[in-house]
Amino acid sequence: MTSQASDVTEAPEGAEPATRHTAEPEAARGPRRRPWKVVVPLLVLAVLAYLPYVPAELPGLLPGRVNGPGSMQLLATCLVIAGIALSYDVLFGRTGLLSFGHALFVASGSYLLTISLSTWALPLPVAIALALLASTVLSLVVGAVALRVGGIAFAMVTLAFAQAASIIVMRNPGGVTGGEEGKVLDRDAVPALLVGVANAPYRYWLALGFVVLAWVVVTLLIGSRAGRAMAAVRENESRAAVLGLGTYRVKLLAIVVASVLGALGGIVHALVLGGSNPHLTTSEFTLSLLVMVVLGGAGSRWGALLGGFLYAYADARLVEVSGAAWLEPLPEVVRQVLSQPLFILGVLFIVVVYFAPSGLTGLGGRLIRKAGSS
Amino acid sequence: MSDLLLLLVTGLGLGALYFLAASGLSLIYGLMGVLNFAHGVFMTAGAYAGWLTMGDLPQSLPVGARLAVGVVVAIAVGAVIGLVVEVVLIRPLYRHHIQQVLVTVGLSLAGVAAAQGIWGADPRPVETPTWMSGTTVVLGARLPNDRFVYIAVALLLLAGLLALLRYTRLGLVIRAGVENRTMVEALGIDVQRTFTIVFAIGGAAAGLAGVLYSQYAGAVSPGQGGSLLIYAFIVVVIGGMGSLTGTAVAAVVVGLVQQLANYYAASGVGDLSVVLLLALVLLLRPSSLKGATA
Amino acid sequence: MNDNRPAPAVLSVTDLHVHYGGSHILQGVTFDVPATGVTALLGRNGVGKTTTLKAIIGLAPRSGRITLRGNEIQTQRTSRIVREGIGYVPEDREVFGGLTVDENLRLVDPDRGVEAPVVAELFPDLVGRRDQLAGTLSGGQQQMVSLARVLLRRNDLLLIDEPTKGLAPKLVTEVADVLAEVARTTPILLVEQNLPLVRRIADQVVVIDAGRVVHRGDAAELVADPALTRELLGVAMRREGAA
Repeated sequence: MTSQASDVTEAPEGAEPATRHTAEPEAARGPRRRPWKVVVPLLVLAVLAYLPYVPAELPGLLPGRVNGPGSMQLLATCLVIAGIALSYDVLFGRTGLLSFGHALFVASGSYLLTISLSTWALPLPVAIALALLASTVLSLVVGAVALRVGGIAFAMVTLAFAQAASIIVMRNPGGVTGGEEGKVLDRDAVPALLVGVANAPYRYWLALGFVVLAWVVVTLLIGSRAGRAMAAVRENESRAAVLGLGTYRVKLLAIVVASVLGALGGIVHALVLGGSNPHLTTSEFTLSLLVMVVLGGAGSRWGALLGGFLYAYADARLVEVSGAAWLEPLPEVVRQVLSQPLFILGVLFIVVVYFAPSGLTGLGGRLIRKAGSS
Repeated sequence: MSDLLLLLVTGLGLGALYFLAASGLSLIYGLMGVLNFAHGVFMTAGAYAGWLTMGDLPQSLPVGARLAVGVVVAIAVGAVIGLVVEVVLIRPLYRHHIQQVLVTVGLSLAGVAAAQGIWGADPRPVETPTWMSGTTVVLGARLPNDRFVYIAVALLLLAGLLALLRYTRLGLVIRAGVENRTMVEALGIDVQRTFTIVFAIGGAAAGLAGVLYSQYAGAVSPGQGGSLLIYAFIVVVIGGMGSLTGTAVAAVVVGLVQQLANYYAASGVGDLSVVLLLALVLLLRPSSLKGATA
Repeated sequence: MNDNRPAPAVLSVTDLHVHYGGSHILQGVTFDVPATGVTALLGRNGVGKTTTLKAIIGLAPRSGRITLRGNEIQTQRTSRIVREGIGYVPEDREVFGGLTVDENLRLVDPDRGVEAPVVAELFPDLVGRRDQLAGTLSGGQQQMVSLARVLLRRNDLLLIDEPTKGLAPKLVTEVADVLAEVARTTPILLVEQNLPLVRRIADQVVVIDAGRVVHRGDAAELVADPALTRELLGVAMRREGAA
C-alpha cells in the first residue's frame, strides 16, 4: 500500500488498463511446466508435419488435395505469415510497442536474400547470413532513432522509416529491386528440393520449420529476464523505469529480436514464394501484421500464429466469396465492397477490438473456461 | 534564379498540401491523443466526393464552378465522416489510445478496400480548371498556377484555425484541453463534445486536402489518401505533435526539402530526404517532442 | 438507507472501492460530509485521500454509492458531477500554464473571467495579472487561480486537495484565510497535511488508513490529542507551520 502514492496521483490518465489489448501474460497464468503446455504444441506440430502425406480433399477449404501443390503452397504461405506475425507480437503484444514499421525488416530479409543470390551471385548460406546481419544492423539503427520518442510518435516514426524503404524498392535503383514487379529468386542458387511445383511439400516443411524456430525463440525470450522486463515495460513503463530496468535497452532488444525473426521470415517467404514482392515493404503489410496479432490475441504465441495463419488464409480465399451464389440478391455496390478481402478483414478487426479485446484465442479461452465452470 | 523560384513555389505548394493533410491530424492528436489512421480515408472520401460531384453537375457549368461545389461537398463529407467516426467508433474507447488507433487502422483498411471495390483500383482522371493547369511567368519563371491555389487555401485554413483557437470559446477549451484534458473535464466542461467537434473539423480539413490533392495528382485513387497520410505523419512529428504553427512550419520545410532534393539530387531522393530529415529532427531535439512520449 | 429522515449531509459516501492496475486502493470507504463547515480528510501518505476525492469527482474508476444532496452521482461523468455542484481543486493546482489568468477563469465563467466580483473580493492580486500566463505565476498565485476557478461557479461542496502543499508560511496563512472565508457559505472536504491549518479551519475530521475509514470525529479533539494523532496519522503530518 505504501508505494502507491505516486500511482494514485497519476490516476486519471494512468487509469487506462494497459492490459486491455493483451491476453494475460502466459507466465502469469499459473505454475509453469504443465505437461499439456508441451504436449499440445508437439501434437499440433506432428499433425502439421504429417499433412504432406494426407491425400484427402477438403472441398471449399483447400484447392485440391491437402498434399497437392496448390494446398501445400497456400499452407506454406500461411505458415510463413503466421511466423512473421509471431515476430511482430514480440513488439506489440510482449513489449507494448506500437510499431508501424515491421515490414521494413521482413522486406530487408527478403530482398537482401534475392539480391544477394541473383545480383551478387552469392552462395545461399552466405546470402542468408548477409541478409540476417544487415537486417540486425538496420534494426539497431532504426530502433535507436525511433525510440527517441514513445507511444504514438514511435508508431509514426517507424512508419516513416518503413516508407523510405518502400520508396527505395519501388524506385528500383540500378534495377536491383525489380520495382513494382518484385525480384525473382534465382532458381539455380537454391537447392533443387525447394524449387518447382512438385516440391511444394518441402517448401511447406521449410515454412513449418521457421514457425517452430520462431516459437522456440519467443518462448525462450519470454521466459528470460529480458522477457520479463519487456512485460514490465508493457504493463507500466514508468514503473519499470523506477524498478531500475533500462527501458530503452529492453525496448531496443525487443526491436532487434523481432526484426531478426521478421527478417528470417522474409527470407523464408522469398524461398517459399520464389522471390521478393514489393507488397512486403508497404505500410499496408505492417498494418496487416497488427491486424493479425490483434485478431488472434496479442501477447499470446497461439494468438499471433493463429491470427497470422487465418489472415493469410482469408486474404487468399476470401476473394472467392465475391462469386458466391448467396451474394447474388444483394445490390451491386454491396457485392463490390464484399468482394474485397481487406474490407471484410478490416471490419472484422474493428469488431474484435471492440468485443474481443484479447483476440480470438482470448475469446476461445474465455468460452472454454465458461463452459468448464458452469 | 528562375529555377530556384520555381522550386520554391512548387515546394511551398507541396508544403501547403501537406499542411492541409496534417492540420486535422495535428488538431485531433493535440487535443485527444488520438492518432487518426483513418485520416487517409477521410482524404480519399473527400477526393471521391469532389470527383463524383464534379461529374454529376451539369457539364455546361465551367470546370472551376464545379470544382468549387466539389470542394464544398468534400468538406461537408469529411466533416460528417469525422463526426460519425468519433461518435460511433472513437468515443466508446475513450482513454484507450491504442484501441483507438487500432480501430482507425481497421477503418483505413476497410475504407480503402471499399473504395477499391466500388470504383476500382485504377486512378480515375479528374477535370482541372484551365487556369489551374496553366502557368504564370514571374521573374522569368513559369510557375504552375495550381500551387498558388494550394498555398492560398492553406494560408486561409491556418489563419482560420488560429483565429478559432485564439478568439472563440471552443478554441479556449481546445487550448486548455491540449494541455490537460482531465482538468477541463474537472472544471465542468463537457470535453467530449469538444472532441466530436474537433474530429468534425479535422475531417473537414481532410476532405479539403483530399480534393485538392486529387487536383494536384490529376486523378482520384483509393490509395491516394494513404500515401499523403504518411507525409502528414512526418509533418506532425517534426512539427512537435499537436502544435498547429509547428505543423505549418514543418509542412513548409518538408515540402521545400523534398522539392529541392528531387531537383538537385535525383528524382526520388526528395522522398527519402524527408525521412532523413525526420531522423535528424528526432536525434537533434527529441525534447521538443516531449508531449508525444507515453 | 436513512431515507426516512432528512439527510444532514451534503455528500454521502458509502462503501467506496477503487482498484488501479491490480491494487485495491480504497476498500469500502464510508463517510458523510456535513452541509456546513470544513471536513478534513486525513491520513498518512499514500492511504488513498487523493483517490477518494478523485473517485467522488469521477476521475478514478470507482464502485459504491455516492450521493450529493441525496442524488446518486457515482455513475455520472466528471463534467456532469461538477455541474451538479461539486467544485474540485486538485493537488498541484493544475492551472493551464499556457493560458492567461483571465483565460483560466473564463473557462468556467466565459462572460466575466477575472472581472467576476469574487475574484476582486478574495484574490485581488489576480486582477492585475489577468493577462499573465498562468505558467509564469508563483506556486501561491497558481493556487489562487485554481481556487478562484472553482469559486466562479455556485457549488454545493468543494473538494480541495492539499492547497498549501509547497507554499511558504505566509502564503499558507493567506490560503487558510481564503478557505475560512469560503467555508462560511460552502461546505468543504479538505485533504491537508498541515495540522495547525486543520485545527484552525476544520470542524470535522475523517481519517483514512490502508483504504478504509479508521476515525471520524471532531477536528479540535483529534488535534488536541498527540497520542491519537500519532497513532492515526503517523509522523507524516506537519504539526508546525503557520496557519
